Amino acid sequence: MHIGLTHFLVLSAAMFCMGVLCLLSRKNAIGLLMGIELIVNAANVNLVAFSHFFGNAVAGQVFALFGIVLAAVGVTVALAIVLALYRTFHKSIEVDSASTLRG
Amino acid sequence: MVDFWALALIPLAPLLGAVYNGLLGSRMQARFGKPAVHVPAIVLPAISFAVTVAAFVKMVSLPAGERNLFCHLWNWLPVGGLDAGLAFIMDPLTLVMCFVVTFVGTLIHLYSVGYMREEPGYWRFFSYLNLFMFSMLVLVLGDNFVLMFVGWEGVGLCSYLLIGFWYKEHKNAVAGMKAFVVNRIGDFGFMLGVLLLFWGMQGDWSQGRFRPQPQAASAAGVSAQQPEPAVPAPTAGLTFRHVKERLSEPAFREAFIHKKVFGISLVALIGTLLFIGAMGKSAQLPLYVWLPDAMAGPTPVSALIHAATMVTAGVYMVARLNFIFALSPFVMTWIAVIGVLTAVFAATIGFFQHDIKKVLAYSTISQLGFMFIAVGVGAYGVGIFHLMTHAFFKACLFLGAGSVIVGCHHEQDMRKMGGLGKLMPVTAATYFIACCAIAGFPLTSGFFSKDEILWKAFNAGNLILPGGGIAVWLLGALGAVCTSFYMFRSYYMTFSGEYRGGSRAHDRETGAHADPHQPPKESPRSMTCVLIALAALSLVGGFAGLPRLWHLPNYLHQWLEPVFEGTAGLIRDAGHGASVEWALMALSIALALTGWQLARWLYLDNRNPIPQKLYASRAAWVHGIHALVYNKYYVDEFYNATVVKAVMQARLALDWFDRTVVDGLVNVTRPIVLGLAWLHGKTDNRVVDGAVNGTASIISDAGGVLCLLQTGNIRTYLYLAMAGGIVLILASYVLF
Repeated sequence: MHIGLTHFLVLSAAMFCMGVLCLLSRKNAIGLLMGIELIVNAANVNLVAFSHFFGNAVAGQVFALFGIVLAAVGVTVALAIVLALYRTFHKSIEVDSASTLRG
Repeated sequence: MVDFWALALIPLAPLLGAVYNGLLGSRMQARFGKPAVHVPAIVLPAISFAVTVAAFVKMVSLPAGERNLFCHLWNWLPVGGLDAGLAFIMDPLTLVMCFVVTFVGTLIHLYSVGYMREEPGYWRFFSYLNLFMFSMLVLVLGDNFVLMFVGWEGVGLCSYLLIGFWYKEHKNAVAGMKAFVVNRIGDFGFMLGVLLLFWGMQGDWSQGRFRPQPQAASAAGVSAQQPEPAVPAPTAGLTFRHVKERLSEPAFREAFIHKKVFGISLVALIGTLLFIGAMGKSAQLPLYVWLPDAMAGPTPVSALIHAATMVTAGVYMVARLNFIFALSPFVMTWIAVIGVLTAVFAATIGFFQHDIKKVLAYSTISQLGFMFIAVGVGAYGVGIFHLMTHAFFKACLFLGAGSVIVGCHHEQDMRKMGGLGKLMPVTAATYFIACCAIAGFPLTSGFFSKDEILWKAFNAGNLILPGGGIAVWLLGALGAVCTSFYMFRSYYMTFSGEYRGGSRAHDRETGAHADPHQPPKESPRSMTCVLIALAALSLVGGFAGLPRLWHLPNYLHQWLEPVFEGTAGLIRDAGHGASVEWALMALSIALALTGWQLARWLYLDNRNPIPQKLYASRAAWVHGIHALVYNKYYVDEFYNATVVKAVMQARLALDWFDRTVVDGLVNVTRPIVLGLAWLHGKTDNRVVDGAVNGTASIISDAGGVLCLLQTGNIRTYLYLAMAGGIVLILASYVLF
């Protein structure tokens, strides 16, 4: 069976939907980060796939590499925020407890 | 014209002195004594004199027709067609005036050191005196009417300040005020004359019709073809040389002479108004009343301002503007008539005055009248000649009188003097010389100038007057004999016989004399030196202008000729020959001797009983005449009853008008304004404030509602974001 662009797009859409579902259902801050990671990687898959099937250029792969690096950076900062959350809100990383800025 | 920058120093040096003494004088006097005040105050006018001499040397080196020095400091009032610069110009006439003002002025400053030595406001006196020098020099040096007017007003102000110098006495303050107000009347005429002249000079009457802006009109004609904005024509406005050049164009001159305003000849109107200014400043009938009262000031002031310089400003002005006055025989006649009437009128008042300074004041008015006779008959140079000689002998007389007054412990009544010839020999000798000069004894300065005035009057051909110059001459000769009489009367009453004073304690401002009963003694040397210098000039000053008849050079006439040559063609003489002139000269000598002998017979040594008998006489007519003349023909009373009273009544009427009509109008507007204010207040409180507060509360309420969206729950936000995304996607399907 020939593996074409459609397969990659379906895969990436599936990853994106699982990521969104993860964000909507989880209360745990680490879980949210994992969901975000899924969404970012879905985008990376898209970039690499389009790069491969159109244009014959490496631009999309380079963007994907940038995306991975930026995601790592984002997670690093987010984990620091999670630690601060843990200390501030009574040894919990439930995001619902961090709602003191509500209107 | 030749640029000569040092010209600016002539007026500015005394200004520096005035500023120095005005600002620092009192402190310098307290710290360093009186020399710190009077040394700068004398040196700076002396610098002016030195610069005048330098200017004279410079002018002599130039050809006769080009003796004009010029110094332009900066543009002052370039407005439209008027361009009055702060510029000084010196022609031969100005030089003579500058010479008189700076020389006599410096001498009088020197004299004041002795005269004012006990005066607490020493610095104030010198500050005013320097300021006067500055104003007078601006008056004579200014190159346009506006600058001349500045000087004209400046000397009036200084005169006011110095007459009221001892302002603690009410009488002096009133005299200062009177001088100022009467001068204002004249100044008003002068200003109107200048404005009318300015208006007249701007126009073009070549077609016999007034067109306000000839240059603009021609520019408008051009602009029909090429639409460029008309550039305002560069006009030199009110500088003397511009007016003179303009009036020397024959076409313009003809149009100017025949121009009429409301049926009155324009040039006559301008001349009349300008001469009203001269009447005020130079104390001519009927505006002379301030000058006798001005004797309330310190005597050096009377000598400098009210005899030698300021009061001659009117004569100078008429001579300076000869190119205007000569165009109108009517104005010339009027000037001569006013002059001769003043000469006789004031001389007769001088007969019965007891105050020595009052005698000199009326004598000054009378002599100014003689100067106006000269300029009125077109003998401008002769008028200036008499102005110069008069400055010498009248300053000498006044300063001699000042010396006498100081000697007699501030007594001015001649009946309480007498016998001072032995006690004050220098003063007496110089006073006698000056009396000879003013009476016109042969070979003294007054002889040459007065005799020439009378001859020019006799020979005048352009007076529109029945009898012509002979009528003027007759009255002038009468004035001359009166002059001789009252001057020698004052001399004999003061200096001959026995001293009659000493019984009266002085009550003047200083109070520093140890013993009012001690006999008078000669004044200090700083005063007598000045008297001697002025007496010497009174003797020899006349040799500057020797009569044409003697076939000797008349230097002053040659010197002034370029200034007056433009109008020489307009002055006609009656064509009397040399024999008539010889006869008149002999006659005027005889008249002077007559006056002298009469005075000598009546007043020498106080021996002749006739004056006493006349005073004691019960005869009504004697009494009447004496009272009439002694009280100065009741002119002051007449003015009080008419002009002053009318002004006072007008004041009451205006007061009534102010209280009823103006106040009424104001009171009517009050409720209207209050209503408007109430309405305004309501609008402000309700509408404006309501709008502002409403905006604030709307924003506040909206914030309260919108903040409900901010739950703080991340999943809520995510749901909303997803919902939004889905709505957008669906919308894009539905709409596109």
